Amino acid sequence: MEHTYKFLLRIGDDSLILGQRLAELCGHGPILEEDIALTNISLDLIGQATNIYTYAAQLEGKGRDADALAFLRLEHQYLNTVLVEQPNGNFADTLVRQFFFDVYRKLLFEHLLTSTDEQIAAIAEKSLKETRYHLKHSSEWVIRLGDGTELSKERAQFAILDLWRYTDELFYMDETEIQLVSAGVIPNLKDLKPLWMEHVLSILNIATLKLPENQGFFGAGRQGRHSEYMGFLLAQLQYMQRVYPNMQW
Amino acid sequence: MSTNEWPLWEVFIRSKQGLNHKHVGSLRAADAEMALQNARDVYTRRSEGISIWVVQSALITASDPADSEAYFEPSDSKVYRHPTFYDLPDGIEHM
Repeated sequence: MEHTYKFLLRIGDDSLILGQRLAELCGHGPILEEDIALTNISLDLIGQATNIYTYAAQLEGKGRDADALAFLRLEHQYLNTVLVEQPNGNFADTLVRQFFFDVYRKLLFEHLLTSTDEQIAAIAEKSLKETRYHLKHSSEWVIRLGDGTELSKERAQFAILDLWRYTDELFYMDETEIQLVSAGVIPNLKDLKPLWMEHVLSILNIATLKLPENQGFFGAGRQGRHSEYMGFLLAQLQYMQRVYPNMQW
Repeated sequence: MSTNEWPLWEVFIRSKQGLNHKHVGSLRAADAEMALQNARDVYTRRSEGISIWVVQSALITASDPADSEAYFEPSDSKVYRHPTFYDLPDGIEHM
């Protein structure tokens, strides 16, 4: 139960924090159509977070609700990967971050469909439809930017070199995941990595983009240790609830 | 920086109940696939449709408003083209 709760926070926080990042782009998209597309994805992710937190809060059984989990934890209590909290940067940074995440998320949800935890399987089924579209959207853009103009290719390639180091953390496993794998609640994330790599490479090949040859991996967000950007993101996310506790509208 | 504008596309959506696609608006996109995705994101957010058509606006040939008298007025005086001169048998509804 405790392990399931922690795992739910890990994937719920990924949704919420990336949703918050994309929400920052509302009104700032490169064109009107893309502005709406990114905001739609943001809302999908925040909706997924709501479902995941609601179940997590129920398992925790301490009278907290989804809002309390979303808005009233401290930085080190968020367990999202460092990848999703990275700033939006330029459009290529935003879309490459999204692409790396979407491929992982699609694989994760596909494997959670057969979870022994029915609630998790139901959340995965509902979310997967949205995630498939997110992946279609981000893949199209990675191809378009990589195989586009000289400038777009340069930016996409730079975004890949910049964000690559955070991708291994998507497959992080500790005692929590190991216990859940043996209980059949989640797939072995180490087995998802080669599938992820294969999918990423298939798109990058079409996009004429390359992966870095040798680069160390970084990121301890799953254990609550975040990058310098996280505090600022949370300050914005939590401001209203901190200043006006329990406010609603 | 490129200042070329993406081409304009017209969007047609078929609703759940509808039999035909209806024009709902336009958008800009670099190619057909992007136009479809943008149409999905811009025009079907509130479950408006189950099918989308997009067509480049430049490919549409439109009638000239200046020709509208010559085009459309002659039919105004041809009432016999409407099937309003038949005697309907009793018992027929919805006519």
